Amino acid sequence: MSQTPIPSQVDWRALAQTLFPQGQQITEKDHFLSGTAQVDDRTVTVVGTTGHTPIGIEIALAQASVILQTVREHPGRPIVILVDTQGQRLRHRDEMLGINSYMAHLGKCVELARRQGHRVIGLVYDQALSGGFITSGLIADACYALPDATIRVMGLPAMARITKVPEERLTELARSNPVFAPGPENYLRMGGVAEIWHDDLPQALSAALATDDNADTRAAVGLERGGRKWAQRVIQAVANDVPLNG
Amino acid sequence: MSASYLEATARERILALLDAGSFNELLPPAQRVVSPHLGQLDAPVSFDDGVIIGEGLLGGRPVMAAAQEGGFMGGAVGEVHGAKLVGLIKRAIRKQVAGVVLLLETGGVRLHEANAGLIAVSEVMRAVLEARAAGIPVIVLVGGANGCFGGMGIVARCANTVIMSEQGRLAMSGPEVIETANGVEEFDSRDRALVWRTTGGKHRYLIGDCQQLVGDDTEAFRQAAMDALTALAQSGAPELTLAALEAEQEMLRRRVATFGHAEDPMDIWAELGVERPETVPMLEAAAFTAMAQGLRIPFKA
Repeated sequence: MSQTPIPSQVDWRALAQTLFPQGQQITEKDHFLSGTAQVDDRTVTVVGTTGHTPIGIEIALAQASVILQTVREHPGRPIVILVDTQGQRLRHRDEMLGINSYMAHLGKCVELARRQGHRVIGLVYDQALSGGFITSGLIADACYALPDATIRVMGLPAMARITKVPEERLTELARSNPVFAPGPENYLRMGGVAEIWHDDLPQALSAALATDDNADTRAAVGLERGGRKWAQRVIQAVANDVPLNG
Repeated sequence: MSASYLEATARERILALLDAGSFNELLPPAQRVVSPHLGQLDAPVSFDDGVIIGEGLLGGRPVMAAAQEGGFMGGAVGEVHGAKLVGLIKRAIRKQVAGVVLLLETGGVRLHEANAGLIAVSEVMRAVLEARAAGIPVIVLVGGANGCFGGMGIVARCANTVIMSEQGRLAMSGPEVIETANGVEEFDSRDRALVWRTTGGKHRYLIGDCQQLVGDDTEAFRQAAMDALTALAQSGAPELTLAALEAEQEMLRRRVATFGHAEDPMDIWAELGVERPETVPMLEAAAFTAMAQGLRIPFKA
């Protein structure tokens, strides 16, 4: 893994043009994306990040601001979160000022939008890592990914250091076990990603926005797809006294 | 009975929290619901996967409670561990109990279960917010030796109330992670005083990320949790509102604007009007909260 060259970054403008053929008014400021786009003759809010940028307190707050403004001024308007981040910013200042509170605030704003009838979807168009993913794609009603996206908690070398499991062993496991591999297919199998969009992005987006289901079904989907065999059964056993068999 | 919360095990904590004799554990260790992933890495498993969950009474009110065991993989969240928390919160909604109390001690995602752990933490976060939307208040207690970090640091701040001890730590990335990524000049993880000032309960209480600070005492945590439950029952509105989130947006905006240039948490305390910031670490919880009265930024989550 350590020899893998850094993949080139996806140009968000090219993506936006492909994704929103009816038009979009998205602007970038310091790797923060916001604006609107037209999908099926209606306006959607677009918010996100680019350039693998780390999510620090300012970007988290800026994203929350866009979500709140949408809820306040445009009831029911769908929200599309474009995800490309290397994760939360790793600085003393962010921790001192309570970055977890900024991230939680962003998540709560998305939850409010959901409760108020806004469809919220995430699209990992480049890279999604750990803390930056929990309050973007993973907090949406549903998260989608492009085939070449990278999704993971951390790189295998760092994981090897912390878990004290040799990197060769993790690399080997990553081939057969969705728990360790960084690709979107593994998140698909585990239910974390609803679908991978291979072609006709506008059609896929249109279908995703038309879906009227905002319950968290990821554990059930993970069981169906075989990527997480235990989560749903444990949830059912605890929540509803369904006997655990096996 | 009074005892150190920090030194107690998860089981001791949950038993001390709830009314005597009221705790009924769900998926107890005897059922041996263990991690399906750790074995492949030759890592040891725990029969409760590092979290104790169940129902009981708190001050006579029915609640669901969970306690993470910091002694097992630092309380980190794997597939089964996370699902136990999610199931418990969903059970709380189904049974319409008076509240959910989460005794968090965790480093966040269990790296041995990487992707499954990350999704699990996200599911816990959504379940907490679902409980609030269903009118069930969520209370988080942080006072264990491992603190509350990673994605679970986010989850903690999705609760209605965060109760911490001065020894408790609440943050996102651990100091070691930051030091590894950006150097010892960025964050010296061996500087325990700096680590404590940055992530500890007193700092979180002063800036508004923690609603109640208590001494390192299981009875003090129990009393604070009972008080929080009573207050939340009286206010009767645990769900998120646009007005409340706009207030939080403004509070967090002002925090960056006011304290964004601070180098050290002591600069922030001084800015708040604490006369001798260097003495804060030495103050007992009661003396500290008395001193902080009128200076801290009070904020209801």
